[in-house]
Amino acid sequence: MDRPLRLISTDPLDKLARTLEALLVVASAPLSVEELAAAADDDPERIEDALRLVGERFAEERSGIVLEHVAGGWAFRAGREEAPACARLFERPAQRSLSQAALETLAIVAYLGPCSRPDVARIRGVAADSAVANLLERGLIAEAGRDNGGGGAVRYRTTPLFERVFGLESLSELPRLDDVGAEAAEIRDRLHAVAEKRSA
Amino acid sequence: MIVRELELDLDAFEGPFDLLLALVLKEELDLRDVDLAGIVTAFLERLAEREELDLEACGEFLVLIAALLELKARALFPDEAAELAELEPEEAAEELARRLAEYRRAKEAAAWLRERLAAAGDRYFRLGPAPCAPKVETPLAPQDPETLARVLRLLAQDPPDVSLSHMALRFPPVSQFLERFRALLRRRSRFDFETEVGEMTRLEQASAFLALLELRRAGELSIEQAAPFAPIRVSRLQENNAEDERTAQWTVRSA
Repeated sequence: MDRPLRLISTDPLDKLARTLEALLVVASAPLSVEELAAAADDDPERIEDALRLVGERFAEERSGIVLEHVAGGWAFRAGREEAPACARLFERPAQRSLSQAALETLAIVAYLGPCSRPDVARIRGVAADSAVANLLERGLIAEAGRDNGGGGAVRYRTTPLFERVFGLESLSELPRLDDVGAEAAEIRDRLHAVAEKRSA
Repeated sequence: MIVRELELDLDAFEGPFDLLLALVLKEELDLRDVDLAGIVTAFLERLAEREELDLEACGEFLVLIAALLELKARALFPDEAAELAELEPEEAAEELARRLAEYRRAKEAAAWLRERLAAAGDRYFRLGPAPCAPKVETPLAPQDPETLARVLRLLAQDPPDVSLSHMALRFPPVSQFLERFRALLRRRSRFDFETEVGEMTRLEQASAFLALLELRRAGELSIEQAAPFAPIRVSRLQENNAEDERTAQWTVRSA
């Protein structure tokens, strides 16, 4: 009898789910379970249960709003079927027309980050200055310290916005890229063939 | 067709080819910023405009662009170029293959991102400022209405007038120096201006100099200076005290 309010509620989890819906609709970026727990003043385990409930309510084809796990947190987005209407309402500058140079730079930063402009230039063979500036402006990468313990080139990492734009739960969702072994061997053979021709 | 006059319109540079070469050689333009493929395209376009193949121009262009490519490659791999040169052919091929594979991986990753981006084309979400962390509450101390009234009363009062006295320079009256120089010239027929005013402040010196000019105009003394910044010698001309009273009232401020 010391907590009468809890007794009145028929389904406490349902009440918590409504609270989470409210938090997610006012948030402008994905919220982690910890952030939700702090704001809802409840246990993280119960938050996860309630999130499952919210996810059932806000699913593709059932609702115009969809709950998704993205960029290390939970967020509402528009249902895919509503994309044409959303596109008529506004455009998305962060995603618009990423050049090949920008995508390669972004890939290098995502896989090797934090890394510096010289790192990117070494791999791509051309200066990365304009691509890096472009990605910074779009908010897809951000500065993350400097090389050599602070004295060297500025290093960059991808931002939560990057994960969100690309629909990634986290960077660990990026596919492994070590299965190009066959191609590496092929390149090596070609080089050897050229070298032999020269010495012959 | 003259290769050196080839007009370029690149992101990093706009102008004739020879100026680009000059800037690169003077290290005023970083080759790493220059799109060399753009130069090749510009040359090919110019070449295509002409009916005949200009072999001489092609040869010259090849030499120049090859040199630029080598410089750019060295700039991109400053230390590693030296490392590569020391490697055995076998190892060098190995190292090159490793680098090509690394770039291949980056390209593959970029392709994956491109697909991913296209697949996410119908995912719309709200963008806003950084996640709103729970705000720390700053509770106000209990307030007394009378305090508020007191503060408002203070605001209603006119602030004291700001003193501007320090803004105006105060010149000592010129008249005091007129008298002083006249007295001096009654006793001595000549004196050094610097010695007389050496101890004074800058403003006093300025007034004293004005007095000197005033006396000179009245024809009471003559001024000599051997060279710029040399001592100013003042000597008595005649005993003429007419118009004294009028000039004595003269001050810098009334001028």
